[in-house]
Amino acid sequence: MNVDLGQYAVEVLSAYAGGIALLAGLIVASVLRARSVARRLAETENRREARTR
Amino acid sequence: MFPAMSSIWEYANPRRFMATSAWLLPWVTGLAALCLIGGLIWGFFFTPNDFRQGATVKIIYIHVPTAIMAINAWFMMLVCSLIWLIRRHHVSALAAKAAAPVGMVFTLIALFTGAVWGQPMWGTWWEWDPRLTSFLILFLFYLGYMALWEAIDNPDQAADLTSVLCLVGSVFAILARYALVFWNQGLHQGTTVSTVGVGVAENEGVSSVFLYPMLTSLAGFVFLFLALVLFRTRTEIRARRLKALIAQEQMA
Repeated sequence: MNVDLGQYAVEVLSAYAGGIALLAGLIVASVLRARSVARRLAETENRREARTR
Repeated sequence: MFPAMSSIWEYANPRRFMATSAWLLPWVTGLAALCLIGGLIWGFFFTPNDFRQGATVKIIYIHVPTAIMAINAWFMMLVCSLIWLIRRHHVSALAAKAAAPVGMVFTLIALFTGAVWGQPMWGTWWEWDPRLTSFLILFLFYLGYMALWEAIDNPDQAADLTSVLCLVGSVFAILARYALVFWNQGLHQGTTVSTVGVGVAENEGVSSVFLYPMLTSLAGFVFLFLALVLFRTRTEIRARRLKALIAQEQMA
């Protein structure tokens, strides 16, 4: 195991932190939008069924 | 298991796509998590420092895979756009739309990690080097492509115009890949990563202690891209249906 970052600790850690934060943001945004669209679609389909019944 | 396909074009049917992607998604997501977490832990904790670059070499496990995927995501969008333009398959246009934010974030990560790597190694965060500049333009094309989708209300017209924009942007995706070959100048080094040995001079490639964890991380980013595109395309298909249903409601 080698975690001796020497004089470059700030650069290496900020590259990892920034990259992982951007990926996490992308995944969270995708999941939130998927949930919101799925919920609104279910509501609209329920309304439609209620009308046609 | 899903039934055998007689033709790849059956996936153009949204129902077929939803069924198959629902089955595929957990597997692709699992592979993405496994390779990405494995590759990054391997690279960060279990590789030596480079004799010249010190610990900054650890940035390669994020920088190179995201840069490769930033370009390949655009080519995936190009193929989907061409399928839309030629065969008018809606799922294809929606897959291109779904991929754009993923490619944009990968480009941003490549630019950011490149800057924090360039600062200690080159003494500058940014340089108007051919490769860096073409990546910046590729990033701007991703933003423009996403903005164009949002700007046009008619979905078919939006798909048409974004497809044409994607064709134009492909020039910069190619430049981002081959800028070093076209203009033999600038700060960015030539390719040192090649699985087939093409374009890398003997003894100049990345040492295998860095290469294998890098390839694991690259596989992780490929699967992550696939998982996110499948997931986001499902959302786009639902959003398209939602829009159609609301339009029907308003007509009634």
